[in-house]
Amino acid sequence: MIKAKHILGGIAALLVAGAALAAGADLGQAQKQDTNWTAIVMFAIFVGITLWITKWAATKTKTAADFYTAGGGITGFQNGLAIAGDYMSAASFLGISGLVFGSGFDGLIFSIGWLVGWPVITFLMAERLRNLGKFTFADVAGYRFDPGPIRSFAACGSLVVVAFYLIAQMVGAGQLIKLLFGLDYLYAVMLVGIIMMTYVLFGGMTATTWVQIIKACMLLAGATFMALAVMFQFGFSPEAMFTKAVEVHSKHDAIMSPGALINDPISAISVGMALMFGTAGLPHILMRFFTVPSAKEARKSVAWATTWIGYFYILTFIIGFGAITNLIPNPADYFVGGDLAKGLKGGGNMAAVHLAKAVGGDMFMGFISAVAFATILAVVAGLTLSGASAVSHDLYASVWRHGNVDSATELRVSRITTVCLGIFAVALGVVFEKQNVAFMVMLAFAVACSANFPVLFMSVLWKDCTTKGAVAGGTVGLISSVALTVLSPAVWEASFGNPKGSALFPYASSAIFSMTAAFLVIYIVSKLDNSAQAKKERALFPAQLIRSETGVGSSSASGH
Amino acid sequence: MKDEDIVERIQKNPKFFEFVRMRNNYSYVLSAMMLIAYFGYILLIAFDKQLLATKMAAGATMSVGIPMGVGVLVFTIVITAIYVRRANSEFDAIKDEIVKEASK
Repeated sequence: MIKAKHILGGIAALLVAGAALAAGADLGQAQKQDTNWTAIVMFAIFVGITLWITKWAATKTKTAADFYTAGGGITGFQNGLAIAGDYMSAASFLGISGLVFGSGFDGLIFSIGWLVGWPVITFLMAERLRNLGKFTFADVAGYRFDPGPIRSFAACGSLVVVAFYLIAQMVGAGQLIKLLFGLDYLYAVMLVGIIMMTYVLFGGMTATTWVQIIKACMLLAGATFMALAVMFQFGFSPEAMFTKAVEVHSKHDAIMSPGALINDPISAISVGMALMFGTAGLPHILMRFFTVPSAKEARKSVAWATTWIGYFYILTFIIGFGAITNLIPNPADYFVGGDLAKGLKGGGNMAAVHLAKAVGGDMFMGFISAVAFATILAVVAGLTLSGASAVSHDLYASVWRHGNVDSATELRVSRITTVCLGIFAVALGVVFEKQNVAFMVMLAFAVACSANFPVLFMSVLWKDCTTKGAVAGGTVGLISSVALTVLSPAVWEASFGNPKGSALFPYASSAIFSMTAAFLVIYIVSKLDNSAQAKKERALFPAQLIRSETGVGSSSASGH
Repeated sequence: MKDEDIVERIQKNPKFFEFVRMRNNYSYVLSAMMLIAYFGYILLIAFDKQLLATKMAAGATMSVGIPMGVGVLVFTIVITAIYVRRANSEFDAIKDEIVKEASK
């Protein structure tokens, strides 16, 4: 959001860019800073520890089940931390605290949007996912459907989401390393690619999960320390903190009220839907439900994940206000040329990093920088693993070989795919270096909520749903969400540079239309589908229902 | 006993369908509460920004929108915890009972 701030005019555009930023995308074009050795050493220690864990995990990664789901041996508490780790991306830490630093209240509205999807996943999906699924969410959607079409569709849905998300993360990594470590963009992208491939290739899900857990703990500990340090300055009185913030901030009392973030109700609802239901369609999040041994543990995972993520968002809000009260009174240390009007050194996203220095000195700032970068690494590893599962388990093993494939071969295919995806991710990072990729995460969420979520939801909960309906509806959702997002102001005008007002789709998110369209098409096509195959699929619903509700016969991929 | 036989027996047990209906209703009610809390909050912002900008008390700096927003975050965590607690104890006990009955 460094440059983007100037570009994005419309409210809608602001919403989307903000949304993308919070999910971990847009760190804008960053200026290279001085080489920060403390941060680099701290990061090297993190990498050292995680590689050691990977070595241990490698001894436990023998079968495809180990690779995809860590053999189902992760506990609910651990999985909750890992899910939280997947969700608390670098930019949700730097981005939300930066947004609070810039406009106060709006940052809070924003973080709420990212949390509210979790209860819905808990109430409607978590247990059923665990009971029906084995390795990928296609296992769930495809339980009673014709495996060819449904798995091909699900794999496409997964890969599209993974690709959009990967671009955002890789470009974010490159920009961040310039800011935090003072190293070149290309180094960052290569570094992320190579370390991430090592985790996934050798340690599979076990290593990926532990990397995510360690990172989540470091991030939560660092953020807690900063928030406590800030609250301590004000004798733990929020009112005192807000009073001081209003006094020093250039917008004064406006930071205490909602700003430009939400104006048009349709965009507000649409973005809300994308965030809420998109979370329930992200393959790298869904995949985490298969790593726990039972439905009980799956529920515990989401309860923990929601707790940690919610707690983290409250911390980022305090951190943003702490940045206002600590940094603005000292322009010489933290602002370009010591001038408040020129903005923070390194851009608005650096608020949390500068605050780290203000409350904890250089050592702590190095720690926070290292954590921020480790975060990207961990998220990219999770994404790659879910992409690799979609290719090896859904496309290769199930569609192409009709399930006649042994675990060793499937594992080999996953590893080959991991290497391909790693190279692909680095290439994407390089290709998109100069692009404004703010919209990529919004695209990922749009596809997740309009294609993956409706198919998953209807196949599990509606008895009359058929393969044809699910594939047709999902495809409509996929195409319409991508098309409408590209034609929305944030992408068409702000990212592609078309003149203002030329965007054909006026709202901030496609979700309200594309998700509704997907559900409608699934409903209509399924209702009209009277083929023998459809009858067979409907007849299988009671068995699916019993398994999804009780876990009887559910995959022992977990049980080791 | 084979899983298929258990499934067949559960399918004939009206208690199972009653249980599923009860639990689904509970899930839907909680989901609706979450939707109302969240969309209510953002629609309030969309339609009446002034309301949320109102100060907590005369002379105070904090606006009512802030504790409300933090309240939505806390509500999200609490409602999830409430569901999980009930599902992991009460619901699982009923489910285990139904499965046990079918496995005899």
